[in-house]
Amino acid sequence: MLKQVEGSISTAEAIGLCRPEVICAYPITPQTHIVEGLGRMVRTGEVKNCEFINVESEFGALSACIGSSAAGARTYTATSSQGLLFMAEAVYNASGMGLPIVMTLGTRAIGAPINIWNDHSDAMSMRDAGWLQMFAETNQESVDLHIQAFRLAEAVSMPIMVCVDGFILTHAVERVDVPTQAEVDAFLPPYDPVQVVDPKEPISIGAMVGPDAFTEVKYLQNYKLDLALKLIPELAREFKKKFDRDSGGLLRTYRTEDADMVVVAMGSVNGTIKDVIDEMRADGFSIGLVTLVSYRPFPAEELRKALSGCKQTVVVDRSFAIGMGGQLAADVDHALRNVDRAPQALSVIAGLGGRPVSRASLRGIFRKAKTEPWEGMHFLDLNQKIVATEVEHMSSKRRSGPIAENLLRRVSVAPVAE
Amino acid sequence: MLQIRIHGRGGQGVVTAAEMLSVAAFLEGKHAQAFPSFGSERTGAPVVSFCRIDDKEIRLREPIMEPDVLIIQDPTLFKVIDVFQGIKRDGYLLVNSNKTLAELGLAQVAAKLPTGHTRVVAASEIALKHIGRPLPNAVLLGAFAALSGAVRLVSVAAAIREAFSGKIAEANVAAATEAFEAVSAASVAA
Repeated sequence: MLKQVEGSISTAEAIGLCRPEVICAYPITPQTHIVEGLGRMVRTGEVKNCEFINVESEFGALSACIGSSAAGARTYTATSSQGLLFMAEAVYNASGMGLPIVMTLGTRAIGAPINIWNDHSDAMSMRDAGWLQMFAETNQESVDLHIQAFRLAEAVSMPIMVCVDGFILTHAVERVDVPTQAEVDAFLPPYDPVQVVDPKEPISIGAMVGPDAFTEVKYLQNYKLDLALKLIPELAREFKKKFDRDSGGLLRTYRTEDADMVVVAMGSVNGTIKDVIDEMRADGFSIGLVTLVSYRPFPAEELRKALSGCKQTVVVDRSFAIGMGGQLAADVDHALRNVDRAPQALSVIAGLGGRPVSRASLRGIFRKAKTEPWEGMHFLDLNQKIVATEVEHMSSKRRSGPIAENLLRRVSVAPVAE
Repeated sequence: MLQIRIHGRGGQGVVTAAEMLSVAAFLEGKHAQAFPSFGSERTGAPVVSFCRIDDKEIRLREPIMEPDVLIIQDPTLFKVIDVFQGIKRDGYLLVNSNKTLAELGLAQVAAKLPTGHTRVVAASEIALKHIGRPLPNAVLLGAFAALSGAVRLVSVAAAIREAFSGKIAEANVAAATEAFEAVSAASVAA
């Protein structure tokens, strides 16, 4: 049914339609509305045969999810930012034990300094944890990805994180087509676990494995993500057949045919980039876009195909590894390794901690990529002035004070005590 | 695409206003997108919300920097922030106040906009009369429907009834209708 609704609510409704049997989460901004919505739906009986478990922390939440998933229940949780960090040990355990938990990550920056706004730092902090990670471009795609996520996770028995841009999507009210229960049931069969802890037939899951088999266990985790790489496009095709929408898949291309420059990005920023591409194309600038949906597994081969033929690729990261560079940029570089006539790859870091990513700034940086390509990271809309002043201040005295607080004063009117 | 920026203070229903407006447009078969200015919201603190309305899918996610319509729910904001930033030359201005634009010191700003595109509505007083509380958000949406013609009053009323229920919904609808009629009558007179 078409409705005008907040992204968190349509996402919660989609999860409800997937018939979760256990939901266990701890509130943290900006993910909270999703689990609040689900809590309400469980209480009113809109979602049946589901236990909503209240816990004391994110670590408790994911630990309880591990237990319920191991007991054979379809299990869901959601978190953001520091909440995901607090889960970290259990994040690795869930994937190491091959438990198909579905988690929504309402993506948000990581502190310090504390920041509740959107970027992809939290998702990136767990990119090597063995979970599948898919990024939604719109709230419609968030709905559709969650329905595909349960099917995908359960097919390969691995956990999946559906990354939905915090605030930008979770708090946006827009048009979403929420499918019916019958439609979702026809796509998503009941959970048939590959392993169940059962007192009648006792087994152990998560035992210690020594040097004799650890490599092989890890190899098979990777094997399952390789299986997912093949399964993701198949599921997207089946989804399109049943729901008549292009959602999910490994990646999507937009106006890349004959494009000299191809932008690569993940999440909601793709919408703004598409508008910029239309404007620039109208001005005769040859530019296209690859929207990466599946970040883990990383579709290197598909990406190589999508980028073959362009002269330049500009990767727009919504986070970066300090001391290294944009994570997505590094992965795109990896995909282009050993490729003949690979495009020149440029890296833009945009929208950190909720800074708006504007059409004007994107247009400017794409033009600059063509005329004055740069090495390393370009920080979009960096306030050069306050950075230079702080660098000078730091180098002029030992006790220069806390950087975050100094910068806060520099962006406001109050002078910093020099 | 029509872009509306709503300025007010925490507690005045600024975010709800943008959401209701998007629902009204949706009910008319249009695409609409409403979102808040994601701050740490506190009662009384300046709050901004945004609404885009278009005939096709809205992909843009940047904040509204060049609004076609400005709705100011609290006239004390003029002294605090530059609410007029980026307003289009053929834009609309709707202010909640019982004073005139001149008395508010806005004559110069208003003069830059086309005749008939600016309006002051005593939305808080209308809200007090109907709802019993000075909540101007729904009232101004009624005025917005009359001023811009972008959505119909019946759609605004339906959106109000989706956001609220019972007596509160009906009181807000009555208040929005009074504002709609006041602005419509003034337009005819002009």
